[in-house]
Amino acid sequence: MLNVQNVGFSIEGAQLLQSASVRFEAGSVTALIGPNGAGKSTLLRIMAGLLPATQGQVECDGTPLQQLTLAQRARLMAYMPQDVPPFPPMPVREVASLGRLPYGESSAQALHHPAVAQALAEVGLQDLAERPASQLSGGERARLMLARALAVQAPILLADEPVAALDPAHALAVIQVFCKLAAQGTCVVVVLHDLLLATRFCKTLVLMQQGRIRHTIPPASLTDEMVRQTYGVTTRRVEDAVVPWDLCTA
Amino acid sequence: MKPLRPVVPNTLLALLVAVMAMASLWWGESSINVPAALADWWAGAHSIGAVIMGQLRLPRMLLALMVGGTLGLSGAVLQGYLRNPLADPGLLGVSGGAALGAVCVFYTGLFQIASALLPLGGLAGALVTAMLLVALVGRGGALVLLLAGAAVSSFTAALTALVLNLVPSPYATFEIMHWLMGSLTDRTLNDVLLALPGVVAGCALLMDCGRALDALTMGEDVAQSLGFQLGGVRGVQMRVVVGTALAVGSCVAVSGAIGFVGLVVPHLLRPLAGHRPSRLMVPAFLGGAALLLAADLAVRLMAGRTELQLGVVTALVGAPVFFHRVILFRKRNMLSC
Repeated sequence: MLNVQNVGFSIEGAQLLQSASVRFEAGSVTALIGPNGAGKSTLLRIMAGLLPATQGQVECDGTPLQQLTLAQRARLMAYMPQDVPPFPPMPVREVASLGRLPYGESSAQALHHPAVAQALAEVGLQDLAERPASQLSGGERARLMLARALAVQAPILLADEPVAALDPAHALAVIQVFCKLAAQGTCVVVVLHDLLLATRFCKTLVLMQQGRIRHTIPPASLTDEMVRQTYGVTTRRVEDAVVPWDLCTA
Repeated sequence: MKPLRPVVPNTLLALLVAVMAMASLWWGESSINVPAALADWWAGAHSIGAVIMGQLRLPRMLLALMVGGTLGLSGAVLQGYLRNPLADPGLLGVSGGAALGAVCVFYTGLFQIASALLPLGGLAGALVTAMLLVALVGRGGALVLLLAGAAVSSFTAALTALVLNLVPSPYATFEIMHWLMGSLTDRTLNDVLLALPGVVAGCALLMDCGRALDALTMGEDVAQSLGFQLGGVRGVQMRVVVGTALAVGSCVAVSGAIGFVGLVVPHLLRPLAGHRPSRLMVPAFLGGAALLLAADLAVRLMAGRTELQLGVVTALVGAPVFFHRVILFRKRNMLSC
């Protein structure tokens, strides 16, 4: 569905991404994992069309990204950024309804679109729908950003560290939303730092280091050696999940 | 306070503007039959009423409506685009450029040749400043625009001060200072016609930015991912800059610099219209128009030996309102800590 071909990105002489090639399929959750500065967010932003690749190209169903109009791309791909902005005191429902902007609906139509109510329910914010978004906690704001992205109802969802600000229960709930979307045919690509969640729930892992894709593998193939070389920590397998063992023994 | 449905504040404000505009036509030193005077003026008759209406009151009312509306709208758009509640049309330096252009017309003595050269000079100053701003910003984003606007604004203020410094006649210095304080006195329908194309084109460009401004409340990355082009010739930033330059530049060229309207009106109306930038645009235009019509009426009501300048009145009214907003902001921040 989304085909990254030999993509590179450099800025002011610094090579942030080098010759990255990977395919993301519909109906799967893929995790981009790797240490800080590995190039995960850069790759995700290039895939979302927010950064122009200085080398290579990204194709969506065989069409190069730059050949799509902005409106086509907006309907095809929903993007959730890493940083959550300070929200204005708009009601939570109204913020989520901004996800309907690519469809040219009026604000009243967007506000009452079933996709908005569904997105708020998916992230557990339906009871806060009328509250000013500026009054939400950090975790609630992160969930609202996800609801806004879900309201787009795009066949591709790109999320940059969507669970970083969430408590374990909400992190689990969000990952389960991704799995549900994938089961319905959505291509979900998430940047994750939590190896446990990545190995437990994602179909494919893209392991990145120093701007390069080192491995594209199913979670079962992730070895302790790969993690040690990439992150510099040892791991243990607990059933099918990989746990950074140094965190437990340090 | 829960925002009202858009139609409610828009209707209320439109009614307020209509009432203020009527009061502006009615109020004056001479008592005239306004409907008859309007009919005479429209028919091209040369009655006293028609002359007062066509040469004094109608241009003044139309300019107050246009200038106030433009300042309110551009303030709302700039605050939405820059996501900065302190943004106002003066921030881009276009008002300063228009003032500099007009001041140059005073300084060179061109004003003595034809008074119409004054607004034309202002318009030229605004357009040159806008071009300088666009060149300076290049492909930079909102922060670069903010910095470039501050730089251009400081530069035009410095040049205006230089011209004032070099003016040989104290009378000319007084005239320039007087003009810089902003006024709608003694403006004609020619001034209205001179400003109208820029105001219409500029406001149309600004009005076209509503949905993009909504998307920008979630940050630039989200706005782009929702299909809005921010940079480039067809981007939102260019529409905001060119729209503000055309509309505000045209207004300052005919009225002089009138401060605080663009800054205060969006703040006053957010509790009524809500915080969604697109929902604030029409109310901000109407609110700005109503505020300037009211300020102009106040100027005329208070007129004694010396008529107060309009810019002085808007600043005197706007500053306390802004103090109140600052105190409200401070209380909210203390609550959220």
